Amino acid sequence: MAVNAPAPAARPQVRRIRRHQWVSVLWSAARTPRGMIGLGLASLVVLVAVIGPFVAPNPPDALVTLAFGKPSGQFPLGGDFLGRDVLSRVLDGGWVLLIMAACATALGIAAGAAAGVSAAYLRGVSDGIIMRAVDVLLSFPQLVFALLLLSLLGPKLWLITIAVGVSHAPQVARVLRSATLDLSERDFVKAAELQGMRPAKVMWKEILPNLVSPLMVEAGLRLTYSIVIVAGLAFLGFGQPPPAANWGTMINENRDGLSVNPWPVIVPSLLIALLTIGTNTFTDAFARVAIGVDRRPEEAVLIEDLGAGDTA
Amino acid sequence: MSQSVSPSAGAAAAQREVRLEVTDLEVRLGRSGPDVVRDVSFTVPAGEVLGLVGESGSGKTTVALALLGHARRGLRITAGQVLLDGTDLLALSPRDLRAARGARVSYVPQDPSAALNPALRVGTQVREVLRVHAETAGNADDRVAEVMREVSLDPTPEMLRRYPHQLSGGQQQRIALAMAFACRPSLIVLDEPTTGLDVSTQRHVLDTVRGLCRSYGVAAVYVSHDLAIVSGLVSDVAVMYAGRVVEIGPTARLFGEPVHPYTRGLIGAVPTPERAEVLTGIDGQQPRPGRRGAGCAFATRCAHAISDCTTETPEPVIVAGRSVRCLRATDIQAADPGRAIAVASVSSATGTPALSVRGVMASYGSTPVLSDVSLEVPPRACVAVVGESGSGKTTLARCVAGLHSNWTGEIIFQGTPLARGARERNKDVLRRVQYIFQNPYTSLNPRKTVGQIIDQQLEQFTRLSRRERSARVADVLADVSLGPDFLSSYPDQLSGGERQRVAIARALVVQPDLLICDEVTSSLDVSVQAIIVELLRQIQRERHLAMIFITHNLALVRSIAQYAVVLRQGAVAESGPVDQILEHPADPYTRRLMEDVPKLRQLPDPQPSEAAGRAPARNPKSPR
Repeated sequence: MAVNAPAPAARPQVRRIRRHQWVSVLWSAARTPRGMIGLGLASLVVLVAVIGPFVAPNPPDALVTLAFGKPSGQFPLGGDFLGRDVLSRVLDGGWVLLIMAACATALGIAAGAAAGVSAAYLRGVSDGIIMRAVDVLLSFPQLVFALLLLSLLGPKLWLITIAVGVSHAPQVARVLRSATLDLSERDFVKAAELQGMRPAKVMWKEILPNLVSPLMVEAGLRLTYSIVIVAGLAFLGFGQPPPAANWGTMINENRDGLSVNPWPVIVPSLLIALLTIGTNTFTDAFARVAIGVDRRPEEAVLIEDLGAGDTA
Repeated sequence: MSQSVSPSAGAAAAQREVRLEVTDLEVRLGRSGPDVVRDVSFTVPAGEVLGLVGESGSGKTTVALALLGHARRGLRITAGQVLLDGTDLLALSPRDLRAARGARVSYVPQDPSAALNPALRVGTQVREVLRVHAETAGNADDRVAEVMREVSLDPTPEMLRRYPHQLSGGQQQRIALAMAFACRPSLIVLDEPTTGLDVSTQRHVLDTVRGLCRSYGVAAVYVSHDLAIVSGLVSDVAVMYAGRVVEIGPTARLFGEPVHPYTRGLIGAVPTPERAEVLTGIDGQQPRPGRRGAGCAFATRCAHAISDCTTETPEPVIVAGRSVRCLRATDIQAADPGRAIAVASVSSATGTPALSVRGVMASYGSTPVLSDVSLEVPPRACVAVVGESGSGKTTLARCVAGLHSNWTGEIIFQGTPLARGARERNKDVLRRVQYIFQNPYTSLNPRKTVGQIIDQQLEQFTRLSRRERSARVADVLADVSLGPDFLSSYPDQLSGGERQRVAIARALVVQPDLLICDEVTSSLDVSVQAIIVELLRQIQRERHLAMIFITHNLALVRSIAQYAVVLRQGAVAESGPVDQILEHPADPYTRRLMEDVPKLRQLPDPQPSEAAGRAPARNPKSPR
């Protein structure tokens, strides 16, 4: 958020590192109250998932207590439907979910950005073909689309990741297409064309660097959705095969014992909820900083009205 | 009152009732932030117009809004009085202030197409003002008809039933004027109301404003960056710089014999169609709020500055019938401003023309834009293409550059016909024809440094090594008078003028043969425009470049071009050497354009106002 803060400096021109401006936006987003809450919640859950496997007291698939056993000193969250330690399974069951969600997001953003940017920049026939394909994909609900792919190709973890990623691509493409439409009318893009630059290079070198903010916001949003969908698929049985622990699977397999020991359902649900709320809140904070809502009004005025100019 | 603009004992002021009196107005960023506007004082008598001129960032719009008791988000009016017929608008309760706005003080915005509600009929919008202030007019319908007639619009039912988009820009601005005059206010604030309009429309709107103020005894404040417009309209003018009024006085005298170095600079920068003058801009840029240190804010850019200027804040002094904030006012007044005559002589060079355009027809979709346009750019010569908006001048430039490919006819560049679009042209042709865009705020990639932007051009067009490229980049930056420390700046750290220099450097670095400048100064302040035009003129001469200079500003043509082509609705109305076209225009269209160009009224009138039986708005007692 390196804005020309009013300071009685004789020489203006504050040199700033602008190449990676999004880093500074991320940083200032993390310092807003909203960003702190979001980041705090998300990191808490990530910490549980990452450190969990190393500190779990029991192996996740060992039958060590009674089925739906009540919480006790030795087993703080009790036992699951087979009598495995719920705490150990919770600690062990997050990391696969997180990795899958992250990979699916990356894939969806990359594919969607490629489709959206080229549709908007190339216009004409390419735009028509890409966007109609996007419309077709959009007509399936995301979860149904992922299920369709899985039932056709079989439940493999990498396939689930790809399916979720592909199901994100259409939405990402839409957003980035509209952002690119505006950008590709700017004169600096025309200037690059007058240099005889190839279209692919124009998109990569001129347009993409200006899309960092919408890309980051999309990434945060899609990450939230990825977590929900990957966990949802696990709940439906498309995850790691049975003995392995997974938050989504745990919710499903322990539903019957809710009245006896609710913890194996509540704790995974809570962790997923906290994680998605956290990522979503942080994304929101980032977006606000990126468009300048969180700037102090004095700074906003300086930039909009008294600064060198608007790019309207 | 710190500023000696007191209307007190002056015999002249007593003749005319003072409508508006502003004293020591101060606007800050936030409650205690740096000041945006400070110590602004002036008075406006009934029936007179005060011109508030200054470049972008001088605080003129902030002052204009403060007259309505309004401050933009983040700003706060922290001191001063705005006395309108004796009541302080700034002291009114929000409720009273709301009642006063529209009825006693009204505002005409810069862009009427944005200010009018596109979903309401214009008649409804004018009537709405009267409905809100029901007490001011008896019969609303009669008043609507009356006020429409006053702004030279026919109040037929069809007219009143139109929506804003069914009106031309000039008509929209007349509607905005009608709304402002509807309640017969005491004060009207006009914020650059003619900026987006063609010169002819501009003049009609200005005449309307002047007439209405006279006949109803309205005081008006006219905010503008265009000195020429102001000089023809207002009786008194206040020049703002860095949030302060640096010079204020009767228009003819102030423009005829400017005293403050900034006013002098501004006036030296205004091009005139009548003489070919070297335009002298003002180097450097206006300090932003919070960066205005002690002393005179202009000192760093001032040729007359002495050491006291940087420490001592100048108080207004009265010199030659106007009030000036300058420590050296009396010394400077003695010095003659003097203007050099530009020698934009016709080069006698002959040979194959650098560019010939023959019978070019172009269209956007199915709308024809250019019909049978032919012109020739002699080698090493600059040809100005002039025309109003919509005349097709930019389309012509884009056809030549290859940005617009929907055209027929022939464009021959140094003996070889050019392909339609940039994609079909080879690298060598692309390199030799360089294009400079109108808006420097969009023509530079905001994510790249100046060095990267210029270097990219070399990377695309040459096979030079990295080291050779950076040497060339440094050289070309020096040619456009930017230092090497600009290499690592990003475009948003630069001012408009600096950005346009970078754009020029980007074009020059590959040593082109033809430079196309598309309205390159239209988004810049006059003092910067002068510098850029002068730079282009020098470059064109030194490098023997052929150049096409597209502009809507006839006055600029003389300063840069040897030949001119006047376009009208996509066809060539007239073409020939500049002197001939500007001095003996053959085509009636060119003649009208020449007449409508606002000209700086510079001849010092001894006592124009009193001769006409009117008193000047303010007549500071002359020390003589």
